[in-house]
Amino acid sequence: MNGDKVTKALLFLSSLTILLLSAGIVLSLTGGAIPAFREYGLGFITSTVWNPTSGSEEYGALPFIAGTVITSLLALLLCIPMAFSTSLFIAEYFRGTRTAGILRSLVDMLAGIPSIVYGFWGFYALRPLLISTGLTDQGFGIFTASIVLAIMIVPYATSLSAEIIAMVPSELKEAAYSLGATRREVIFNVIIPSARSGIVASFILALGRALGETMAVTMLIGNANIIPKGLFSPGNTMASVIANQFGEADGLKLSALIAIGLLLFAITALVNAAGKFIIRRFA
Amino acid sequence: MKKIIYLLVIAAMAASCGGGGTKSAKEKQVTLSAAGATFPQPFYNLAFKKYSEEGGAVINYGSIGSGAGIKSLRDQVVDFGATDGYLSDNELAEMPGEVIHIPTCIGAVVIGYNLPGVTGLRLTPALLEGIFLADIAKWNDKRIADENPGVTLPDMNITVVYRSDGSGTTYIFSDYMSKVSPKWNAQLGTGKALNWPAGIGGKGNPGVAGTISQSQGTIGYLGFEYAYAQKIPMALIQNSAGNYVEPTLDSFSSAATVEMPADTRIMITNSPNPEAYPITSFTWAILYKEQSYRDRTEEVATATVNALKWLTGPDAQAIATSVHYAKLPQNASDQASVLLRSITFDGEPILK
Repeated sequence: MNGDKVTKALLFLSSLTILLLSAGIVLSLTGGAIPAFREYGLGFITSTVWNPTSGSEEYGALPFIAGTVITSLLALLLCIPMAFSTSLFIAEYFRGTRTAGILRSLVDMLAGIPSIVYGFWGFYALRPLLISTGLTDQGFGIFTASIVLAIMIVPYATSLSAEIIAMVPSELKEAAYSLGATRREVIFNVIIPSARSGIVASFILALGRALGETMAVTMLIGNANIIPKGLFSPGNTMASVIANQFGEADGLKLSALIAIGLLLFAITALVNAAGKFIIRRFA
Repeated sequence: MKKIIYLLVIAAMAASCGGGGTKSAKEKQVTLSAAGATFPQPFYNLAFKKYSEEGGAVINYGSIGSGAGIKSLRDQVVDFGATDGYLSDNELAEMPGEVIHIPTCIGAVVIGYNLPGVTGLRLTPALLEGIFLADIAKWNDKRIADENPGVTLPDMNITVVYRSDGSGTTYIFSDYMSKVSPKWNAQLGTGKALNWPAGIGGKGNPGVAGTISQSQGTIGYLGFEYAYAQKIPMALIQNSAGNYVEPTLDSFSSAATVEMPADTRIMITNSPNPEAYPITSFTWAILYKEQSYRDRTEEVATATVNALKWLTGPDAQAIATSVHYAKLPQNASDQASVLLRSITFDGEPILK
């Protein structure tokens, strides 16, 4: 047997496995979701009722879609200033210095902290802080979950943005300096415009992470199956309701949960595709 | 390249041999698998560990929830299931064989709260309805104060804490509430998960216990053993005889002194016994009456029945008390042993 051929066959086989796996996931999710969509049609996506009591069962996904989208967007909003300035610090302002190196490893370390630990921190440290501001009774809700989510996605946005900022050709920067531009002017007039699409894409990919985050959110969002009434209102997200309720679910409820999983899968895939598209198109 | 493949083959063979080796070493002890309710998990874990140490079968209990436990038994992938709510006639009809309920212990759902300086809070069914259906919003509401003379109730918002996951605890609590409150019955009904009008959800009994103990002004329902372990104050509940009853193992056992139906399928919430704590329930092990199904051996079937016989016997029941479940009253354990004796393998009774 030819070693090259074997390698080729092995590689082909393993990539085929991945393809089959993804197809299998989509297939089984779709199969499981069919009863819910047959029962409610597209109304499943727009209905706000989640009533699991047998006899008056009715399932709608809107509260969870709303919770997921609101917490993720809010997290993104909170994440932008942190991630953007940190990536500038690492990749441009203090590029190559010891401080930047330490900061970069710290940011990477943040990415490695398990979700449940963030949830823990949110529950025992962040929540009492928010309660002491008097804005919220118990500290559970959209805002608390968003803050923790924002911290969780900072490393993803930061390291990708930093890569892209570092890729800005030095000829451009040198040309600007030779025209007498200050460092600040170089950053805002040269680096950001030429790295813009990549930075945007890095935030979109970070958003994709926030959409699917489960454990930390479950611990902090309050798990109320309603459309959030405000920043400090409890709510629930798609990932969190699945994690909470699949254990005792069967029949139509199970199908409704699987349908939510399918929707989450679709939303996350779309967001990721958008991010990749922007990178390929403009970067 | 060939070498690598040979190595893989050898590794695979070694792995399969390894599996075989451990099996022969433990041949004496049968391994059973069981799954279901999370509510009695602390009791089952401790009891099953003791049982295998004493030479009985090794029982792997997956605490995956009552619903999933029933499903596992229906799919015949476990030796027995466990559930906090008995199977309805419909559910029984869907099972591929006749299923028997064996009560294993009594658990109670308590109302835990976190109010600075307040202990011994007294609650009536009407107050529970008002609080959990969000009609009563403040702790110093007159309706609560009227039942609690001498207690200084703070001017604080009430935050209800419920289970965000489907749960037998929710089922027991809602079964009780549906019995005592027509409004609850119409609005929320009985179930493992409900459409709560207000409040926040905690995941699992530990989630609810953690939320209550960490936040002032909260009130929620949870398994007695969790409230006890975290030293969460528990409300006295007015029972059907009008007495305010403290949650204790004795008042739980009192709830079970009712006439038992032959199949033990009875919810003992809102017990007529004047000593009884009203939010109590049996929790059951469920298994097939005919134990010969799939490729199960008589050895496994016998081990299953023996394990349940032990679980409902005095040794295991003493363990139940040590982890704050009430033991089965005499009538229930008598009924359990009658039912266990009716279990067969290929038509022959297993227990002689």
